[in-house]
Amino acid sequence: MSKNDVAILGAGMHEWGKWGRNFAEYGVAAIKEAMADAGLEWNQVDFVVGGDTVRNGYPGYVAGATFAKAMGWTGIPIASCYAACATGAQAIDIARTRILAGMADCVVVVGADTTPKGFLAPNKGERGFDPDWLRFRLLGATNPTYFGLWAQRRMDLYGATEKDFAHVKVKNSRHGISNPKARFKKLYTEEDVLGSPYVSQPLRLFDICATSDGGAALVITSMDFAKKHGVANPVRISGVSTISPTFPQTVIDMPDFTTDSAAGMPAPDRSFRDSIAYAAYEEAGLGPEDMDLAEVYDLSSALELDWYENIGLCKPGEAEGLLRDGSTEIGGRIPVNPSGGLGCFGEAVPAQAIAQVCELAWQLRGQAGERQVEGAKAGITANQGLFGHGSSVLCTR
Amino acid sequence: MAKTRVPAIEGWLTMDEDNPQLLGYLDESSGTYFFPKDVSISHAPGHADAELKEVALSNRGKLWSYTTNHYKPPEPAISKDPFEPYTVAAVELNDERMVVLGQLADGVSADDIEVGMEMQLVLSTLYEDDEHEYMVWKWKPAEAN
Repeated sequence: MSKNDVAILGAGMHEWGKWGRNFAEYGVAAIKEAMADAGLEWNQVDFVVGGDTVRNGYPGYVAGATFAKAMGWTGIPIASCYAACATGAQAIDIARTRILAGMADCVVVVGADTTPKGFLAPNKGERGFDPDWLRFRLLGATNPTYFGLWAQRRMDLYGATEKDFAHVKVKNSRHGISNPKARFKKLYTEEDVLGSPYVSQPLRLFDICATSDGGAALVITSMDFAKKHGVANPVRISGVSTISPTFPQTVIDMPDFTTDSAAGMPAPDRSFRDSIAYAAYEEAGLGPEDMDLAEVYDLSSALELDWYENIGLCKPGEAEGLLRDGSTEIGGRIPVNPSGGLGCFGEAVPAQAIAQVCELAWQLRGQAGERQVEGAKAGITANQGLFGHGSSVLCTR
Repeated sequence: MAKTRVPAIEGWLTMDEDNPQLLGYLDESSGTYFFPKDVSISHAPGHADAELKEVALSNRGKLWSYTTNHYKPPEPAISKDPFEPYTVAAVELNDERMVVLGQLADGVSADDIEVGMEMQLVLSTLYEDDEHEYMVWKWKPAEAN
């Protein structure tokens, strides 16, 4: 056990879908499920961290308050944070830092979102100062544009094929079909994926994750609190990474027009995406070889392959081999996205990184049902948020 | 009367038809270039007090990757009417060692390019009104010097 360990006593999620209801409804359902899972009452919670949503007006900007009020004000301190797709990891980090500082014992972390249909778009109005607005205006660079650039690069560098990308979607659909929280509970075939229209070629409609409504919550406590509560061997959070890039960042990233220039200062040994999980491994004193499963951010099916390499499951260029020989399927050496991943969920931005950790918690307790990874003792999540937010959580039991 | 050509975004590019260039900053103390000029300080760590010199960036580089978008992007993007698929290219500038995104020039298709290929910058009309054509940069395969 590392000195930075905290316990996960409860995990809860509202099913992912597309209903257009108030996001707070999904978050509250997730909190209630996580509290019941932990066997705790709301008045025992001494801190709340809400992951913000930027698409649901003011209550979304002060998510901590929105959820604390919804559950009933008890006068406790609250926090709200936003880090795009990495919001959940940052919320978890705020919670555990407070616990490790001895300033809280029993914390609720929650994120929920209600998303519009279609492409995510920048804020409205003439926003000539906002790079997120300008990339749409000047380049037509939607989010899938960046996914397409990375995917095409993989094909040129490593010989990935559109069939490999389809295979990722098929694998994840097999994983997620039995997950009651998933939005898309359907088995896809390679023909389904390869028959869907191109969005950002070489990526097709079924290669790219949808946007979803959903909510996820965790009850995180100090190890002492868990012991007093009668949980001798809880799932532990042993490492959290919320790192930012090191200059110069040389891989093109949303929402930028350019990478940093590497003309003056040399690029760091590890790319940004390579350094995200590494920081969590380092804190936990563990490595990729110790992991039994991983939940990674498959914004596109091709991006899942990048993550195999970024989190150290294999060397650059070897991800297709790992996929093709079944290593990353449940029953293989290192199952990736046993939950079904974003391919089965679609993305509910501030909830997603928390949902990844919910899956680790259920897997490490042996409660994942048909998608259980046998004997799982350690797992890692990885994800990256717009504007340089790393996100990785490593759990052990 | 011919319309006046102006940049679609002020201060980002020159209007030299034959040899257009993006306008960036150079921080000579770290040898680092910046584009676009979003904040007037060097983003190289430890060089926040460095003087920035406006420079025109090299307009040739190697194709890093590309993707063709088959759906109409949401506003504020500007699309052809009726919509036509368009390709976005990522090109690493030779001297500045930075990757710059841009659409592929009209008349060039994704079938004409491959990763590693030498590319060059051209001017292209993004939209127009009664008096002006608003110009943006695009990429095309490089012509021999």
